[in-house]
Amino acid sequence: MTRRTFIANAALAIALTTGVACAQKVPINAGGATFPYPMYSKWFDAYNKKFPNVQINYQSQGSGFGIAQVTAGTVDFGASDGPMNDMQIKEFQDKRGSAILHFPTVMGADVPVYNVPGVTGSINFTPEALAGIFLGKITKWNDPEITKANPGVNLPANNIVVVHRSDGSGTTYIWVDYLCKVSKEWETKVGRGTSVKWPVGLGGKGNEGVSGQVQQTANSIGYVELIYAVQNKMTYGKVKNAAGEFIQASLAGVTAAAAGVKDMPDDFRVSITNAPGKGVYPISSFTWLLIPSKIQDPAKKKAIKDFLAWMLADGQNMTEALSYAQLPKAVIAKELKAIDKIQ
Amino acid sequence: MAASSTTAFNARPSGRVSAFWRRLRSGDDIAYVITLTCALTILAITALLVFELYRNSAVSREKFGWSFLFSSTWDPVAGQFGALPFIYGTVVTSALALLIGIPLGVFAAIFLAELAPARISNALTFLIELLAAVPSVIFGVLGIFVLVPMLTAAEPAIRAVLGWTPLFSGPFYGVSIFSAGVVLSVMIIPFIISISREVIMAVPPEQREGALALGATRWETTWDVVIPFAKKGIMGSIFLALARSLGETMAVTMVIGNDPAIHGSLLAPGYSIAAVIANEFTEATGDLYLGALIELGLVLFGLTIVINGLARVLVLSTARKGAG
Repeated sequence: MTRRTFIANAALAIALTTGVACAQKVPINAGGATFPYPMYSKWFDAYNKKFPNVQINYQSQGSGFGIAQVTAGTVDFGASDGPMNDMQIKEFQDKRGSAILHFPTVMGADVPVYNVPGVTGSINFTPEALAGIFLGKITKWNDPEITKANPGVNLPANNIVVVHRSDGSGTTYIWVDYLCKVSKEWETKVGRGTSVKWPVGLGGKGNEGVSGQVQQTANSIGYVELIYAVQNKMTYGKVKNAAGEFIQASLAGVTAAAAGVKDMPDDFRVSITNAPGKGVYPISSFTWLLIPSKIQDPAKKKAIKDFLAWMLADGQNMTEALSYAQLPKAVIAKELKAIDKIQ
Repeated sequence: MAASSTTAFNARPSGRVSAFWRRLRSGDDIAYVITLTCALTILAITALLVFELYRNSAVSREKFGWSFLFSSTWDPVAGQFGALPFIYGTVVTSALALLIGIPLGVFAAIFLAELAPARISNALTFLIELLAAVPSVIFGVLGIFVLVPMLTAAEPAIRAVLGWTPLFSGPFYGVSIFSAGVVLSVMIIPFIISISREVIMAVPPEQREGALALGATRWETTWDVVIPFAKKGIMGSIFLALARSLGETMAVTMVIGNDPAIHGSLLAPGYSIAAVIANEFTEATGDLYLGALIELGLVLFGLTIVINGLARVLVLSTARKGAG
């Protein structure tokens, strides 16, 4: 009995001393958006290999979760596909007594996918056509608004079936944010959000739900993330950008959208849908990390600041392998300066 | 309160306490206390659930009041929430599932318990129990990739037979209230068969022997003697099936179309309470939006109680008729 106690005590002592020796071990809790999760998990893993003392645990439970948890202080930083609105920022300040900083990490885009019998190539969509279809005003595939942008394509006189996301998602936010920019009627009637009151259409759960529904329903149209469409080798439509070009979504086109933003606000809360400039893919967006401006624990503060700097340098070279678009150089430079705001 | 109970305890004759301890040691009272605690746990969990749902939906309840139940608007952007389309979708899909599932399940159970050779009965029962353990997302995937294309192919036939009713009118996209009802029925049939079979097999053989001795045929024995005897248990299996279909989430959301509107036609898309909670909860921001989703949970709870109550009243009235 006494011997066992002695061994237990010895083990405890060893554990304590090693615990003291590894005091720099920094576990960081984070959570939020699902869209950038593959990228983040790759980054956190790579960063942990490089700096084994920093361990970032990310729960991908949605942008709403990220905003709520960082406001409640249960995670060290959050992540969201849509920037926090003024009300949410005020709530954060009231509860935590510091500001919340937005750091763009990568970019994504939404693409229109469709299933029109007899059409195998890429269909051109004008902003008016997309808004009209999703408002339920353009109901047939051979509507002049669609046919005039697609000379030589034999579009049938069939009714259009609209498919949208049924789950709240950043993908939906990007899509409706774009529709708000190009259609006053959409902005007043429907508005922006991760879930909205859709004027028409069926709901599919997740990218796979929407694409599955589109593939099975003749004459349907829906929207999915660019990454999802690329990885599943889907045909997707071209969208007319603000410069009047029909652009097929590509990583370069998405990066161009961010570069097209002339005066990037200091808090990086900016929508880059329908951005001006040549070669810009218009339905693109940043995704953000939400980081409190005051971090009490000095070890955590240092780890988070170091990670941000690494993410903006080495991290950016890892994006294309996972089909995420890189941040433009100007944005990276501005973000590197913003890291100093974390106190 | 604590004080009065202590005095009451102290006032008890010590003889009774020691008797209690004796019985406790002999095991009866231990069993009583343990089982009572377990039963109370269920009560506590249910009460806590209702309390939390009620408390967390305060914002939404205050804003919308009873109109929450009768409004058809669900607009997260404008902050307008109403539960009616979801209540409609939940009730109609579950009713459809029972309509298809009860006859199929009960007759299959009768065959397995009374008519089939033991070897076939055992093999089939094993398969059914396997089916009951399949995760619902698998049924949803099967629904999207197998059932929906099949229903789309069968659509002209369905319309030819039933197209004259408004219930089968309007455009059909494959995903619909009807598809959800069919998927749900597939999911609940194993429950009905499995439990009903056990109940029917538990009917004492004397009942059958008596009926046969009176000159009844095998089917008359089954239908007029065995089934009425097993009725209560069969009803129990149906209640369990109903509860499962009311609360089913994944499989329903994958085939119902997720359209928060009441179209009237069974071929039109719809939405259910459990599905909308699962879909929108993670990305919901703002107290009102979250409150409305939690209130939907409360509504589903209430709906389950009301429907179960109605079903029980129905059973009691038919049972009394049977007895008289």
